[in-house]
Parts: sequence; structure tokens; C-alpha cells
Amino acid sequence: METALQSNQLTTLANENQRGLINSSAFTFSKEKRLPVLKTKMETKGLSIYYNKTLAVEDFSLSVPANQITAIIGPSGCGKSTLLRSLNRMTDLIPRTHVEGSVLLDGENLYAPNIDVVELRRRIGMVFQRPNPFPMSIYDNVAYGPRIYGVRNRVALDDIVETCLKQAALWDEVKHKLNQSGMAISGGQQQRLCIARALAVEPEVILMDEPAASLDPIATLKIEELMQNLKSSYTIIIVTHNMQQAARVSNFTAFMMLNDHKAGSLVEFGETAGLFTNPKHKQTQEYVTGRFG
Amino acid sequence: MAELNPTLDTSLKVSYITGRKGYLRRKLVNVLMLVLTGAVTLLALFPLFWIIGYVMAKGGQYINLDLFTQLPRPAGVAGGGVLHAIEGTLMLTLVAAVVAIPIGLLAAFYAAYHPNTPLGVGLRFGTDVLSGVPSIVVGIFAYALVVKPSGHYSLLAGGLAMAIIMLPTTIRTTEEMIKLVPTNLREGALALGAPEWKTALQVTFPAALSGILTGFMLSLARASGETAPLLFTALGNDRFDLAKLISGGVSAGQSIFNILGNILQQPVDSLALTLYKYSQDPNINRVNQSWAVAFVLMMLVLIINILARGWVEYRAAKLRG
Amino acid sequence: MQKTIYQPGKKNGIVRKIETITKHGDRIWLGLNFSMGVVIIVLMVLIGILLWNQSAASRQEFGLSFISPFARATWNPVNGTFNAWPFIYGTLITSLVAILIAVPLSLGIAIFLFELCPAWLRTPLSLLVELLSAIPSVVYGLWGIFVFLPVVIAPLGKFLGNALGNLPLLGILFIGPISASGSSRLAAGVILAIMITPTIAAVSRDVFMAIPNSQREASLALGATRWETISKVLLPYGVSGILGAVILGLGRALGETMAVTMVIGNSISNSGSLLKAGYTMSSVIANEFAEAVSALHSQALIEVALILFLMTLVLNIIARLLVWRVSRKSSSEVRA
Repeated sequence: METALQSNQLTTLANENQRGLINSSAFTFSKEKRLPVLKTKMETKGLSIYYNKTLAVEDFSLSVPANQITAIIGPSGCGKSTLLRSLNRMTDLIPRTHVEGSVLLDGENLYAPNIDVVELRRRIGMVFQRPNPFPMSIYDNVAYGPRIYGVRNRVALDDIVETCLKQAALWDEVKHKLNQSGMAISGGQQQRLCIARALAVEPEVILMDEPAASLDPIATLKIEELMQNLKSSYTIIIVTHNMQQAARVSNFTAFMMLNDHKAGSLVEFGETAGLFTNPKHKQTQEYVTGRFG
Repeated sequence: MAELNPTLDTSLKVSYITGRKGYLRRKLVNVLMLVLTGAVTLLALFPLFWIIGYVMAKGGQYINLDLFTQLPRPAGVAGGGVLHAIEGTLMLTLVAAVVAIPIGLLAAFYAAYHPNTPLGVGLRFGTDVLSGVPSIVVGIFAYALVVKPSGHYSLLAGGLAMAIIMLPTTIRTTEEMIKLVPTNLREGALALGAPEWKTALQVTFPAALSGILTGFMLSLARASGETAPLLFTALGNDRFDLAKLISGGVSAGQSIFNILGNILQQPVDSLALTLYKYSQDPNINRVNQSWAVAFVLMMLVLIINILARGWVEYRAAKLRG
Repeated sequence: MQKTIYQPGKKNGIVRKIETITKHGDRIWLGLNFSMGVVIIVLMVLIGILLWNQSAASRQEFGLSFISPFARATWNPVNGTFNAWPFIYGTLITSLVAILIAVPLSLGIAIFLFELCPAWLRTPLSLLVELLSAIPSVVYGLWGIFVFLPVVIAPLGKFLGNALGNLPLLGILFIGPISASGSSRLAAGVILAIMITPTIAAVSRDVFMAIPNSQREASLALGATRWETISKVLLPYGVSGILGAVILGLGRALGETMAVTMVIGNSISNSGSLLKAGYTMSSVIANEFAEAVSALHSQALIEVALILFLMTLVLNIIARLLVWRVSRKSSSEVRA
């Protein structure tokens, strides 16, 4: 599916292009209209997730455009996290869950039988709600992934660590104490460390599960800022219960909530500005204006 | 949109990882190691089945009714039994229980309700230390405390040694069981005006009882398998005959305390001790009997363990619902 | 008869009586609990004191040469000279062999139970492993003498003696030949390994289960395999707890008596080889105490018991400290 761009989107894109934030490979040209359209990086088709025979997410179909920030919002308990985790098959780790439908990355179904889950999880990185750095030095935390993938050269590792910490907007704060334990820094810094760690294995997509939920407003702002910078190189999908954050940060938003079967399902998906100011569904309107949730 | 920092470098100049080969090796190592852990688990269980199977097969050959009802015959003569050892084991566990239960329960109540007092901390430390003391050292202690002053080996000394061995596990499991009793049960009783001691005895204790009993059975099983401390406390006694001691005392007109005292002063054998002695005996009859005793002892211990732990698991599963 | 007048608000006749009794009751109860707690502590201290006192003559007589590997005297009850080094060596070397075998086995079991085992199998399998440590020591000994030694240890000893006996440094431990019956330090070490594996495995499995799941998730989400996650993240995280488990197992191995006595051969030899018969501290006490030839002999044996007691005491304390450190670590994480 290709998302044709509206004129206001084109304006925004032109602005961002000026600021050097656009990755031009994210666009193709629509055959019919010769207008730039966004490529789809990830897609779910009829995705249903079952916990122990109970339906948690029902028939979820979504196209996530490349090099954009897509937010998934909805009331708590509607299955946002479950959905997010199914995208990099972290749901496989929970016993008695199973998944129907498909999740496509660049057109390839991730739930096909011959898929290498380990490689999949490298290409789709994840940042969790509570920072979870390893009990190692900051350097070793970031270098963990590359080392596993066989990078031994000290120069290469130094380069990776520095670049990823810079991308995560943490380098200046820790460059003099790379040997300190990753757990000895503040919560906001730990979360940025986890982001750097995820970036070190060269993912294509970054999933963020309420990354700023346990952080103070200033730390949250830093994270939102670096997300903007990251989007030119990565596709970002963020789950958040904070609507204002979704409105600030994302280009596209998907709104989900529990349906009649008590399972999460997609209500509306669209370009963020439009969804918040002019939602197509009544439920979306009620949620974004704060009538419930 | 949030404010942007256009000077931030956003990408690695070189790709270090994408496209690297070597996944096969990592996956192979992963599978290999995980299979290895399964193999190791089987390997560790192998001796278990070997021992149980062999003891059952070999010991089963020599099990007969005489074993349980007869006293030993002189060496070299076939037949006879280990009634003395069975009675000895029973008496030893009885003495051990009588000593260990009151001390253990009361101390456990203190540890559970006053964990942060100096005594509470010291108690926890003391229990840990006691549980690490080798059983033979406990035997030496009982020797020095009872055998040496009294001048002879005795059931009392052996029972005391077993009690000390049983104490740490009894205290620990009782304490944990008490802590598991929901606080609102205790608070409800106290709020009704029941005093602390009544609450403990009539509310907390019954609630924790099955767990306490289970822990107690397990420590009993462990104690009945102990041999080392009995080597120089109870020593062993081929001629221990409970029936004779009791009837002898009764016919001599002694009070029950006298009879009891007399019994406590006797050296005594236990199943484990008999097993050890018979296994060293050059006489093949004795060796055969030692296999039979091993059968009995092992089955006893295993059954208690399986029942006790199975019971714990059953209660835990019920709680989980 | 006096009429008891009920006065609301005030403590009335029978209620007052009950209260007085039960107040005493509570005091009695607390007093009982307290004194029983004291009994435990007294017991612990008393064991140490008694061992110390009752070995006084021996300690005065021999001093440090009692434990010295270089003393010229050996253990000779008839002459009245006592040196305990052969037993200390025996205890240490058999426990070392046991640990070297048991630790990889136990870790493998713990990892299997934690990571790979399907949930329904976990409890029955754990129970089976625990049964290994429930079997009485004498039964292990009996099976050892008549089954395990001839079938496994004797051929193994022969093989090891041939293969390793001629190596420069390591070969000292494998100078053969092993006795026909198989009684040897090696036999004791292997059987000890079987006996302590359940202890180390159970505690290690608990350590793994106590590690926050977020660590495991973080590693897997980065594209690490399960084994890489276990070996590079979880094991380092839980290392102090696992160390505590190993030390607990070591403590048990040091004090184990019957199974060792029955398979080690019980002789003081000049050779340090694993393939030769040996003697441990607990074995010598078990064999000689009931028939000690002199008061000095008894005291020397009690001194051996004292050394054993102190060794296990120190190990116990170290293990507890390690466990205490692990619990502090996981609670301090919550800070950030």
C-alpha cells in the first residue's frame, strides 16, 4: 500500500528536507500520478493475537510508512504493547500465546516458518518502558550487540559506541565515563543508553514501548528530540498513552481500542495532524478530546 | 513538532554488521549448548535411577518377614532380622522429635514475629550455622555433652544428636509457613481481643500446620538417614529389645519413668547404622541383609520426600488456581 | 454472695481476671519464644566452645604442626603423635574433585530447568533432582562399594592412570594403579559430586529465576540467541548467587562422612594421587573415635572435628554474605 501525500504534507516534508532530516529513499513515485508516495516499511495484515485462547488483538491491519514516526495510541489495556511486541516476535517468549495473520517487513512475512527470529530481532530493535541496561559499563552495553555479531576490532567498536551514543544524544554526557556501570546513570540517561544499545546492531525499524513513561518531562523532551533525528535513518513505531506526546512527535497515528469482543482493534489510522484535528470516527474524536481513556 | 537539532550526526559512516556472515555458527552453538544442558540433566538423573533400581532389585531379594520381626542371629548363622534397628530408629526419632519440636516451633515463632531484633537476627544466623555443621561434628558434641559425663553410650545421646540435626530445617520451614499465613487472619484475631499467645496457638499454628508437618517429615526423613553422629553416641546394640525392656521393667514393678529412663540409657542401633555395620561384615549373610535394610531405608526416605513435596506442590497449585 | 455490678466503661470482675491471666500468658509466650531462640544461639556457641575445650591437650601438645603438611610425624595413635595433614588433604582434594564435576553439571541442570524445560515438566524434574540429595549417605556408600566402584571407578581409574599418569604436573594426581576394588579418592570425589549436584543446581535455578525478566528481554530484543543471553547477560548478572550456591555445595562436601568412608579406602598413604586410597577428616573421626586408644587420641580427633567445624563455619558465612549481596543488588536497581 502506498500512502499518497497531501499538499500540506508536502509542505511539511519540504521543510524537513531543508533541515536535512529526510531520507529520500523513503519515497517512491506513484506510477499513476507521478507524485511522491511513502514506501511501506512494515505492514500487518489481519493480525490477531491470542493469550491462552483469549483474543487480545483482533484483525489488525496497518501499514507503517518508512522513515516516519508512527504512533499507536489508545486507552490503557487495549493491547497496544501486545501489538508492538508481536512486530518483533517478542510475543513468542510468552507461553501460550499464538498469532494469526501476518506481519510484513519489506514485504516479507515475519511469521513464516523459515524466518530467522534472531536476525529479525536485530533488524527490528526495541526500547522498553522501563530502562533495562545490563550490569556492565556504558561502553559494554552499547558494544554488546556488535560483539555478539562478531565485531572484535577495538577501533570499530569505539566508532560504533561513539556514533550510537551521539545518535541517542548521550555522548556528551558520558564520553568521559564510558567505563562506569550503565546502571549508575540517571533514568533518562539509562533510557538513552538503551536506545544507543538498540542502534548499535544497525536495525531498520525501532519499536518504542512508552519509552518516556518512567521519565521526567525534561528527559522526555530529550527523547522526543532524538526521535526526530533518528527518523531520517530508521522507521520508528511508538506506543504511547500520552496523546500530547503522540501529537508532538509522530507523523502518523493509529488509534486502537477494545472492541465488543474485548480485543484491541484498529479504529482509525492516518496522518497525525488530520487525526487529531479532524478525526473520521466518533470514538477517535471522543478519545482525543479527552472524553474517556 | 519538537525542536530539532540539525547538527546531530545521524548515521554510521560504515556498516559493521548488516550483511555479516556467521549466523550459522551462532545458531549452531546455541542449539548445541542447549542440547548439552538437556543431556547433562539426563546424565545427572541417571545415577538416581541406577541406585533406586539396584537397591530395589537386590534388596528386594532379601526382604522377608523375619527381617522386620526378629532380632539378629549370631554372625554366620543364617536368618534373623533387624527388629532391634527398627525399634532403635523409632525410639531415636521419638526422642529427637520430643526435643526438636518444642524448641523448633517456639524459636520459629520468635523468628517470624520479631525478625529485626538482635535475637531475631542472631537466631537466623545461628540456624544457618547449625545447618552447615557436619553431622559428625554434631555427634562429637553430643558425645561430649552426654556420653562422656554419663560414662556410657545411650539412646539419649543419639536422640539429642538427631534433634540438633533436625532443628535448623524445622525452624526454617516453620518460620516460612508462619509467614505464609495471611496477616489479616492474625490481625482479625487480635482485633477481637485475643491475646498474642492464643492467636498463635489457635489461629496461626493450625493455619500453618500442614506446611509445618511437611517440613517436619522432611527433616525426620533426613535424620533417619544419618549414621555418622550415631557412631559414638548410640553406638549400636544387637540385643536391644524394646518389648523385653518394657516387660522386664513392668514385672520388676518399676514406675513408667524408671522404665523410660532405663530405655533411654541403652545404647541402640538404627537402620542406617545397621546398614553400615553389616556392609562392612565379611559374612555374606550380613551383607545381604544390609541390602535389604538399604531397601527399607531408601523407600522410607523416598516415599516421605515424594509425599511431602507432592503435597506442597498440590497446595501451591491450589493457591495459584 | 456479692452481686457483681456491671459498670460499662470500666474493667469488670471476670474480664479483669481474664486479662490478668492472659497478660501473663502473653508474657509467658514471649518468654518461651525468646528463651528457645536463645537456646539455638547457645547451642551454636556451645558446640564451638566444647570442641575447643575438649581438644585443649592436643592443641597444646602439637600446636600448628598438627595441620602442617611438612611435619615429620604422622598420625600414630600408638606412639601418641598426631598430624592431621593427610586428612585435611583428603578432605580438600575429594571436595575439589566433587566441585569440579558438580558445578558444570549443576549449571547445566539449572539452565535447562530455567530456560528450556516446559512448564509442566519443571516441578517433577526438579523433584527428581532433589531426590538425589535425599538418598541417605550410607545407601550411596553401599551402592558405591558393590556397584559403582567396580563398574565405573575401577575402569575409569585404570584409564586415567594410563592416560594422565605420566604427565609432568598433573600426573602426580593420577599415579596409578588404582586398587582392584576401586577404593580411592577419585571414587569419593565422584560420589560426592553426585550428592552435592542437587544443592548447587536448586539454588542456581532459583538465582536464575530471580533475575529480572527485563534483562533477558533486552538481550533477546537485540538479536542475541538464547545461549548468548544466558552466557553473556544472565550468568554474569547472577554470578554472586551462583557462587553462593557453589560454596554451599562445597560446605556439604566437606562434611560428608559415610559415603566417603565407605569408598575411599581409609588409609594414610604417602601418595597424593587420586587413584590411591586416602582418608578424610570426617572418615578418621568416624573410624577411630569410638575406639580411641588414649585420651590424647580422643582429643586429637576432637581437634580434627574443630578444624572441620571452623572450615564449614567460614564457608557458610561467605555464602550468606554473597546471597545478601545479590538481594541488595536487585533492590538497588529500583532506585534508578
